[in-house]
Amino acid sequence: MTKNLSLPISDETIRGLSVGESVTLSGVMVTGRDAVHKWLMDTFIAPKRTPTEDDQEVYSAIRPLLQGSVIYHCGPVVAGLDTKQYRFVAAGPTTSIREEPYQGDVMRHFNMKGAIGKGGMGTKTLRACQEVPGVYFHAIGGAASLIAQSVQKVLTVYKLDFGVPEAIWVIEVKDFPVVVTMDSHGNSLHAGVREQSKVQLERLLA
Amino acid sequence: MRDLTQEILELIRLTSTDLPPDVELQLRKALDQEEPGSAARGALEAILTNVMMTRRNSTPICQDTGTPIFFVRYPEGYSPRVIREQIRAAIAEATRKSYLRPNAVDSLNGKNTGNNLGDHYFPTIHFEEADVDLLTIELILKGGGCENVGAQYSLPDNRLKAGRDLEGVRRTALDAVWQAQGEGCAPGFLGITIGGDRGSGYTASKEALLRNNDEANPDPDLAALEERITHEANELGIGPMGFGGKSTVLGTKITSSHRLPASFFVTISYMCWAYRRRKMTITADQVQYS
Repeated sequence: MTKNLSLPISDETIRGLSVGESVTLSGVMVTGRDAVHKWLMDTFIAPKRTPTEDDQEVYSAIRPLLQGSVIYHCGPVVAGLDTKQYRFVAAGPTTSIREEPYQGDVMRHFNMKGAIGKGGMGTKTLRACQEVPGVYFHAIGGAASLIAQSVQKVLTVYKLDFGVPEAIWVIEVKDFPVVVTMDSHGNSLHAGVREQSKVQLERLLA
Repeated sequence: MRDLTQEILELIRLTSTDLPPDVELQLRKALDQEEPGSAARGALEAILTNVMMTRRNSTPICQDTGTPIFFVRYPEGYSPRVIREQIRAAIAEATRKSYLRPNAVDSLNGKNTGNNLGDHYFPTIHFEEADVDLLTIELILKGGGCENVGAQYSLPDNRLKAGRDLEGVRRTALDAVWQAQGEGCAPGFLGITIGGDRGSGYTASKEALLRNNDEANPDPDLAALEERITHEANELGIGPMGFGGKSTVLGTKITSSHRLPASFFVTISYMCWAYRRRKMTITADQVQYS
């Protein structure tokens, strides 16, 4: 039942994905979380500051990697920092909702097909998933060493000055396991569970 | 006193890589509750595979190795200053060895110190000189995802119709679990303080999480409330990772603290399924870990 997909992903494949489907991803993806999303927004998408030379270089390097691919909300534990022979030791998802103010705009800007994270995202991102199109892939929070095994290679890293967890790691993954929890047709598992659990909460507090 | 840096390093390694057996048991019970083929069951299967893998390979259970929170109880004669230095040295070494992720970020300039050593409060160390024979050091590693969904309520709370009684505590706890949805990495565990002030309430709610899952609350009313909150939180149907399912909260620990007449806080610390807590006891010639 699991669909095996390669990155980058075509629009047609994205539109064929529905909430609840198990998927494995293979190919090249980049990590990016709080600092990266704010940096992309403030420097390039809705500029509040002039990009430095380094900003421009990193932007040019990651642009083709984001196009048609996905961004992984992850702050990994990385071995080999002193020798630069980087290896992911633990690399589960971080909570995605913190990127809600930025994610939809980042997807549109790069024609990016979505994000991988945990906990789900909100209506702004869901709308972008319908437009771009894109999906939200949910990885298993905390299953960090298991997920790190699907990271075959760390190709390079940008913005290491953001710190190890916040840097942009370019990784090659094989059979990275996720579940579609928001699709390009306006469906969100998270919205559904929130609504149903609200009914239960009201019953328990009646 | 002797140098315990290497022994504390082992405590950190054990905490980060080897989930306590009582927590794993709860996760296995939760797995049995979920429907075969469901996303909830798939999540728990991945979680348990990961737990076995990290124990075998000595790698972090979760990449967010969290805030290291130490509770140190020492007999008369020990120096908290020296213990602090040894804990800090062990933390830096554990970070070099990839048992911990560098997690200490300067809040003003965003710089990560790279070695997990921040100011006086990072790592967090609670010291208490006690009438005990042996030095014990307990450690909780608490990730940011679950820390972010912790909540503090000031009762009475009109929105929740929560008054200053145990029924009010129940109402706030269920609200906190609902607000958290899957964001705190459910299925989780709750540490709850009734009373205290805003600061002591959060500290005590984490201290409550040191209790073993099969350790009953000595107060029968609180024991009953713990069970009821766990049971009802699972009726919310949020499930593992918020995928929907039967296991949302696997245990609740409640403690109470004296309060001011004017204040009645209920403070809830949400602990993710990666409930990393370990203890070391130092005797004259050996160190025991549990």
